[in-house]
Amino acid sequence: MRITQGAFSFLPDLSDEEILAQVSYSLNSGWSVSVEFTDDPHPRNTYWSMWGLPMFDLSEPAGVVEEINRCRQTYPNHYIRVNAFDSSYGRQTTALSFIVNRPADEPGFRLSRSEGHDRRINYSITSYASEKPSGQRY
Amino acid sequence: MLYSKRDRSIALSGFDLKTIGPTPCIRSALTLSGVRFCGFGSRIGVGMEVEIDQVETSRWGAGVIPYTKMGFWQPDYEPKDSDILAAFRITPQPNVPPEEAGAAVAGESSTATWTVVWTDRLTSYEHYQAKCYRVDPVPGNPEQFIAYIAYDLDLFEEGSIANMTSSIIGNVFGFKALKALRLEDLRIPPHYTKTFQGPPHGIVMEREYLNKFGRPLLGATIKPKLGLSARNYGRVVYEGLRGGLDFTKDDENINSQPFMRWRDRFLYCMEGVQMAQAETGEIKGHYLNITAGTMEEMYERAEFAKKLGSVVVMIDLTIGYTAMTSMSKWCRRNGVLLHLHRAGHSTFTRQKSHGVNFRVLAKWSRLIGVDHIHAGTIVGKLEGDPNSVQGYYDTLRLDKVSANPVRGLYFDQDWASMPGVMPVASGGIHAGQMHQLLHYLGDDVIFQFGGGTIGHPMGIAAGASANRVALEAMVKARNEGRDFLQEGEVILRKAAQGSPELEAALDVWGSITFDYESTDTPDVVATPSF
Repeated sequence: MRITQGAFSFLPDLSDEEILAQVSYSLNSGWSVSVEFTDDPHPRNTYWSMWGLPMFDLSEPAGVVEEINRCRQTYPNHYIRVNAFDSSYGRQTTALSFIVNRPADEPGFRLSRSEGHDRRINYSITSYASEKPSGQRY
Repeated sequence: MLYSKRDRSIALSGFDLKTIGPTPCIRSALTLSGVRFCGFGSRIGVGMEVEIDQVETSRWGAGVIPYTKMGFWQPDYEPKDSDILAAFRITPQPNVPPEEAGAAVAGESSTATWTVVWTDRLTSYEHYQAKCYRVDPVPGNPEQFIAYIAYDLDLFEEGSIANMTSSIIGNVFGFKALKALRLEDLRIPPHYTKTFQGPPHGIVMEREYLNKFGRPLLGATIKPKLGLSARNYGRVVYEGLRGGLDFTKDDENINSQPFMRWRDRFLYCMEGVQMAQAETGEIKGHYLNITAGTMEEMYERAEFAKKLGSVVVMIDLTIGYTAMTSMSKWCRRNGVLLHLHRAGHSTFTRQKSHGVNFRVLAKWSRLIGVDHIHAGTIVGKLEGDPNSVQGYYDTLRLDKVSANPVRGLYFDQDWASMPGVMPVASGGIHAGQMHQLLHYLGDDVIFQFGGGTIGHPMGIAAGASANRVALEAMVKARNEGRDFLQEGEVILRKAAQGSPELEAALDVWGSITFDYESTDTPDVVATPSF
């Protein structure tokens, strides 16, 4: 399966040049860019590990892409996403987020059902990969 | 001069009402008797301008005196920052001066009745009177005027849209002195705004909750609207969501009919939602419509939706403003998004001369507090001229909205940090219009393709994928700095090379447009069409 979180998961994986264009757009919009990685892609896993702090003071897109690539070299089999953060008043939230790296094999999620009363079913979703300890998953 | 019921009957007995006419002697006799029972309808024949000049009655003489003379027309009045301001489009009957018509609207929507009452003198009536302070002719339409009216904050109960609407639109729309009346816009001051909490989540919180950033959201309404069994209905939910939609939706008239009861629908829909989440790793939702005949039933349905893990519930506008407010508070307490379907709004929002403009309904809805509201598509099958619709979107999403005649916005509106409402574009839109939708409506919006998803020749999931690919390709192209409005079709065809689903969608629907003239446009602009 292919996890489709992020803004561009239905398109072919972005090339370095395409990533650079999105980073440039973000910086030109006044947003700061950050890189995060994880080996637990559960849809409710909000806090991926941060690859350093958000690059508040980096205004050169090439420098940002360099950081992205450094993260990819370190974690080639993790999910890595690029976030752009808009700190302007009234937003103060993520403005863009897209995946730039994913494991070669994505086993997906198990949907567990436990039957309750009155035909009600309690669901839970577990990543097959996350059954192993973090760091040994992909 | 006071008069009793007996006085009135005596006075009236001397006249045949049908013969009351413009002759001064009869009119003065009437005035002397203390009763002029003609009301507005008959005054028209008299000729209002003459009448206003001739009436010498003091403010407190019993009888009927023009609203302009009773303090409801105050051209020198300077609205206070805390006043609620209204812009009404008035079409007076022939011979009724626009100032009198405007003053009459001010009067009837605040303290006045058709005659003088001595009990006014027991109040600080000047404080409670609404003031018509400006009347502008409408360009190109000699019959119509825009009357501006200021209402003191004291006229309204805190946190009650029911009260605000009863005051401002409660009593004036059937007024005989006016051929037609339309509430075009309201300026709601922060003093009043702060008595509401607004959307239970708002745009920012919703995106953080759903973990979806930087692109419009995608939805689809389950079709056919009526007749599917719960099990088949849930299938459509599952297929649409696994194919790439963020949301699917009950339609407004899906409540709890014999062919599908609400509880069964909820169970099967949530099975579809959960399976789609497991297959995509994304948060998904189905707007479970909890509209019902009583509040008790709505609460029961909302509780059940919450317990099944639904991120969102839905209400129809037809439940009324108070019920909407109650559900908004429930949604904030329970962490469930609230979707509003504006069912029935066109009965009063569509005609330019009479009713309530949708931008006013948008403001009431933001105060009441919904997370989503249908607000027009511009390019789809339903009414909505581009300028007006963009004005609605500004009203729903921005914090400070400036007056803008081109977009039909009559007042500056400061929302005082109240969270924004996510507008929903739904009705006759398809993947081939993605560049236009993104250009006109921006990022914070939900595009809902019902027929444009479920009618796809390769199936529902394929239809969903086609829409998602088209959307992501267009956002990506925009961010890359391309002129995506002009190059839209090229961008879509390029994206379709990697997506047979999108290619099929463009082949089937690519050339479909709904090109009709709008019935309602701002006065200052000509309407473009598609």
